[in-house]
Amino acid sequence: MDPKETKERMKIPKQVMPEQDPGERVKNFFEVPYGYTAEQAMEEAKRCIQCKKPLCVGGCPVNIDIPWFIRLISEGKFVEAAHKIKESNGLPAVCGRVCPQEDQCEKVCIIGKKGEPVSIGRLERFAADYEREHGEVRIPELPKWSGKKVSVVGAGPAGLTVAGDLVKKGHKVTVFEALHTAGGVLMYGIPEFRLPKKIVQSEVEYLKRMGVDIVLNSVVGKLETIDEFLSNGYSAVFVGSGAGLPYFMNIPGENLAGVYAANEYLTRVNLMKAYQFPEADTPVIRGRKVVVIGGGNTAMDSARTALRLCPEEVSIVYRRSREELPARVEEIHHGEEEGLKFRLLTNPKKFIGDKDGRLKAIECVRMELGEPDESGRRRPVEVKGSEFCIDADVAIVAIGNGANPLIPQTTPDIKVNKWGNITVNPDTGRTSKRGVFSGGDIVRGGATVILAMGDGKKAADSIDEYLKTGVW
Amino acid sequence: MYEITEKVELAHTVYLFKIKAPLIARKRKAGQFVVLRLNEHGERIPLTIVDSDNAAGTITIIVQEVGKTTAMLGDMGAGDNILDVVGPLGRPTHIENFGVAVCVGGGIGTAPVLPIARALKEAGNKVVSIIGARNKGLLILEKEMREASDTLYVTTDDGSYGHHGFVTQVLQNLIDEGMKIGFVVGIGPIPMMRAVSNTTKPYDILTMVSLNPIMVDGTGMCGACRVTVGGKNQFVCVDGPEFNGHEVNYEELILRNRSYMKEEKMAMEELTYHEGAKCYDK
Ligand SMILES: Cc1cc2nc3c(=O)[nH]c(=O)nc-3n(C[C@H](O)[C@H](O)[C@H](O)COP(=O)(O)OP(=O)(O)OC[C@H]3O[C@@H](n4cnc5c(N)ncnc54)[C@H](O)[C@@H]3O)c2cc1C
Ligand SMILES: Cc1cc2nc3c(=O)[nH]c(=O)nc-3n(C[C@H](O)[C@H](O)[C@H](O)COP(=O)(O)OP(=O)(O)OC[C@H]3O[C@@H](n4cnc5c(N)ncnc54)[C@H](O)[C@@H]3O)c2cc1C
Ligand code: SF4
Ligand code: SF4
Ligand code: FES
Repeated sequence: MDPKETKERMKIPKQVMPEQDPGERVKNFFEVPYGYTAEQAMEEAKRCIQCKKPLCVGGCPVNIDIPWFIRLISEGKFVEAAHKIKESNGLPAVCGRVCPQEDQCEKVCIIGKKGEPVSIGRLERFAADYEREHGEVRIPELPKWSGKKVSVVGAGPAGLTVAGDLVKKGHKVTVFEALHTAGGVLMYGIPEFRLPKKIVQSEVEYLKRMGVDIVLNSVVGKLETIDEFLSNGYSAVFVGSGAGLPYFMNIPGENLAGVYAANEYLTRVNLMKAYQFPEADTPVIRGRKVVVIGGGNTAMDSARTALRLCPEEVSIVYRRSREELPARVEEIHHGEEEGLKFRLLTNPKKFIGDKDGRLKAIECVRMELGEPDESGRRRPVEVKGSEFCIDADVAIVAIGNGANPLIPQTTPDIKVNKWGNITVNPDTGRTSKRGVFSGGDIVRGGATVILAMGDGKKAADSIDEYLKTGVW
Repeated sequence: MYEITEKVELAHTVYLFKIKAPLIARKRKAGQFVVLRLNEHGERIPLTIVDSDNAAGTITIIVQEVGKTTAMLGDMGAGDNILDVVGPLGRPTHIENFGVAVCVGGGIGTAPVLPIARALKEAGNKVVSIIGARNKGLLILEKEMREASDTLYVTTDDGSYGHHGFVTQVLQNLIDEGMKIGFVVGIGPIPMMRAVSNTTKPYDILTMVSLNPIMVDGTGMCGACRVTVGGKNQFVCVDGPEFNGHEVNYEELILRNRSYMKEEKMAMEELTYHEGAKCYDK
């Protein structure tokens, strides 16, 4: 690209993505941003200066050829752009929405050094949406069956990626999913207003059309074990079983009615559609005053979900200060626009119930920041004697999850670390057990969709190699 | 889809269903349960697997109508399909030869007791069972329990059949008569399980109860089913459903199970309204 054009391009302002008005959207579960129009997408795509050594590609865990797909968009070749992305990423409509781009591809985009980086995620989302909405989703040609079968445990992003890649390499794949719907956290955790469930389901449909067999309602370990898979015709197994039980704070009153773990709250609302109660049969306590405990993305999702169930007030209780909030800045901003309150440097001490065992208040204590701890963040310490009460009839505890124990419990020769996460060779996803691979949150602890998918990709390559060579 | 192959009315609003689920039938052990969802809008509810038939590929469940989902299930019959059935969930009952094992079932709780009684019998125990119900009409599985046990006692709260009184009175009598009991399992309404545990506690008899908290996923993901046992949080769907009855915080469980009373009533009223004349006399 000649320097003059580069200069011109750098003058184009970042395209603003239209969004639902906060006052309106807080009353519904529809997606918050509307997505780019074709004109906006082409304009935004022109902001990319088509670097010869594109830093952005290295920032993407699955190394999408970003300048190439962006060029296709700038030329109006939207479907081709989608196909380009899908060579490296099977779930672009999902990643374009939920990737923490500001920490990945967009963080290192050269344009971001001086101004705002190219909106890579939004462009990815646009291409994927365009392809889907225009009915141009293409099923790639598949090679002849290799004669090998692979089973996958868990239909989250890690498992779905392995499945898609392996059918493209000519193997038969069966995915076993414990829940009644495929998608993992994409279905039960991330709310509808951030990731519409029909998008996840159309990605799942796409895999099915490619020949991936998905068996729902199958808890591996309880119904069939990994050893049974290996002796019943499956040559390899991938374990993508994700996160396990939520952590609690172990403070008094945590089992009062009205105190939820974020997983339960989000599962009721997302997977079971409790926001449509009584049309949907699963209820959720909507509450008048809702308090969410924690400062990560799960806390933010819970809080913004709670706002949409129309209580009087929703607040976040977090023991450190605003700077340490681990949630994405965009989400914090969205939350504040929707009326979310923050109670920073505050920590719960106990939950207080009424005579019927229902939550009515939370006793908290003020915190201040002391010396930095191992994580480099300043350690919060209690301010003696600063206890006070907050009214609350719903509390949502969002302080993380343990590892899912089901597979290690039923397959003891798969090694785990002291937190219960499966240990693997990070380059191949191979576990301590021959023929068994793993990746995603069960290996990493709570991570991200794209990292889970990256693990899936690596594991699929390694599984393919193992199936061809038999070498472990 | 999971087909219902057979339905039997065991008592007023209590039904036995056989459901086609060959893999679960082959794998399940006494003490385990399934979670099912009737339709697209349905709730996920846990039900104990009472029996299975490998040849026919079916599992047996016994359901009491207590709310919307169980009432809708109660309206289904042979040939109808259930959308989702997942299992076998939970840990199987720990079975060994305890010498004398007493199996106590209260109301619908007799259904989960039956497979345990059978397994205990098979392991060589002398099985003494006590089953009770509010009245004769509500008593279930008397014949099956008689077959599974060396001795069976039946009680009704109103005296309309068997011993007049509670199952715990019979249990106390057995202890007083000097029976050397090695193991007690008690399943039924929470107050009944608490009473059974209180009865055996002074004598330090190992007593297991099967807890029935509200569940959502049933696979150890959501944390809904937590109960306090021995002062610690336990998750019934993966750590249970059976626990040492002497250590359970029953009061907390009772209160937690009332979390959605308002919503449950609303759901039921809506169902009754839509179904018109169907009458619920509870
Ligand atoms: C509320 C919330 C919000 C998040 N937001 C974001 C975000 O914005 N961006 C982002 O990148 N990441 C986000 N994450 C993290 C991200 O969702 C996870 O890192 C990712 O889903 C991990 O993928 P996975 O495939 O390893 O596991 P999961 O998505 O957890 O899927 C595992 C699947 O395996 C199934 N399973 C488990 N055990 C068995 C078994 N024994 N047999 C059969 N099936 C089994 C489970 O039912 C589940 O469907 C969020 C997480 C949460 C909880
Ligand atoms: C491990 C286990 C095994 C069980 N086995 C049997 C059985 O063999 N036969 C039987 O009839 N019942 C059994 N139950 C109870 C059964 O699950 C509930 O009766 C049923 O969920 C009620 O649903 P509903 O919509 O009809 O009633 P609702 O009106 O929703 O609720 C009525 C009562 O049922 C309980 N309940 C509600 N929702 C749930 C839920 N999602 N999970 C658990 N409990 C709930 C609550 O205490 C509530 O007060 C078992 C429960 C557990 C946990
Ligand atoms: S997948 Fe995520 S990290 Fe990669 S380009 Fe897309 S938004 Fe960026
Ligand atoms: S670093 Fe930025 S400008 Fe360069 S190719 Fe990537 S997106 Fe385009
Ligand atoms: S029901 Fe969700 S963890 Fe037990």
